[in-house]
Amino acid sequence: MNRFAFFVPVIAFFALALMLWQGLYLDTKALPSMLIDKPMPEFALTTVDGDEVTNADLPDQAFLLNIWGSYCLPCLIEHPTFMRLAEEGEIPVVGVNYRDRQNLALNWLDDNGNPFEFSILDESGRFGIDLGVYGAPETYLVDGDGVIRYRHVSVLDESVWREEFMPAIAELRSGVSQ
Amino acid sequence: MRHFYTSICLVFILLTLGNSNIAIAQVDTFKFDTPEQQQRFRKLSDELRCPMCQNTNLSGSTGGVAEDLRREIHRMIVEGLTDADIEKFMFDRYGDFIFYKPRFRAETAFLWFAPILFLLLGFAAGYMVWRKSKLSAHQSASLDVGQLNRLNDLLDSKQ
Repeated sequence: MNRFAFFVPVIAFFALALMLWQGLYLDTKALPSMLIDKPMPEFALTTVDGDEVTNADLPDQAFLLNIWGSYCLPCLIEHPTFMRLAEEGEIPVVGVNYRDRQNLALNWLDDNGNPFEFSILDESGRFGIDLGVYGAPETYLVDGDGVIRYRHVSVLDESVWREEFMPAIAELRSGVSQ
Repeated sequence: MRHFYTSICLVFILLTLGNSNIAIAQVDTFKFDTPEQQQRFRKLSDELRCPMCQNTNLSGSTGGVAEDLRREIHRMIVEGLTDADIEKFMFDRYGDFIFYKPRFRAETAFLWFAPILFLLLGFAAGYMVWRKSKLSAHQSASLDVGQLNRLNDLLDSKQ
């Protein structure tokens, strides 16, 4: 009993130390999304090309929803990854042009290439609020039923694609085939 | 020379004081129907946290999303929504993070009760230590006859 009582503070110390040590490696910038396993918010907007677009126009298979803007430098960094995904037909990518201007968005797509099925124009950022967006770039994985499954905040490069998105997509697709 | 340094210091102090008078809040040009609505807007945008620039509230942030959220708060207040409605709107989209003071729910219960829990644990530990020291002090003062005899025998045998 005495022995046990002696070890209680020691164990408590190590438990606390372990917890705080892990805290050092927490990414406090990446907030959990409230929309995981919830359907995409309803929208009726236009694309950057001026076409009307609603939830019904979204792909009926799993797709990526990428929040981007012409002002956003990290978006330029992740852009080659989306270009490759689109070219190789790995997964459809839908864009949300967030807090931008239509002409700037169109110029950006002209200059850098357009990997998106279409880009939803969200000049006011109002649709971004419904998604819980807090800054470009963010990328959501949405399943074929229009349910949000995953969110990645900041740059989605090849290693993020391999380590986070590929397993999540594989899981989704295996679920569909069953 | 000393006068020079003194005056430099004074200038800095005055500058700092001057700065503290500059309003920290972003200037809002929103129109409200009543002063009470304006008060509610102030209170909400002071209490809600900017999700992008994490250590400022909505009223103090220049971030794009903070600007949008202030506009949404204004819209909802003018449309007649209650503070609870507006807080729910924010929670549904940004989660507990949006509140500087997390709301009490099952998930946040530990956060709220942990200080009391640790205080009680501290009292319990203190009480146990106190009781033990009292007990051992009491014990050492009174060896019974058998123990005394054994002690004497041990001391005798050593000699």
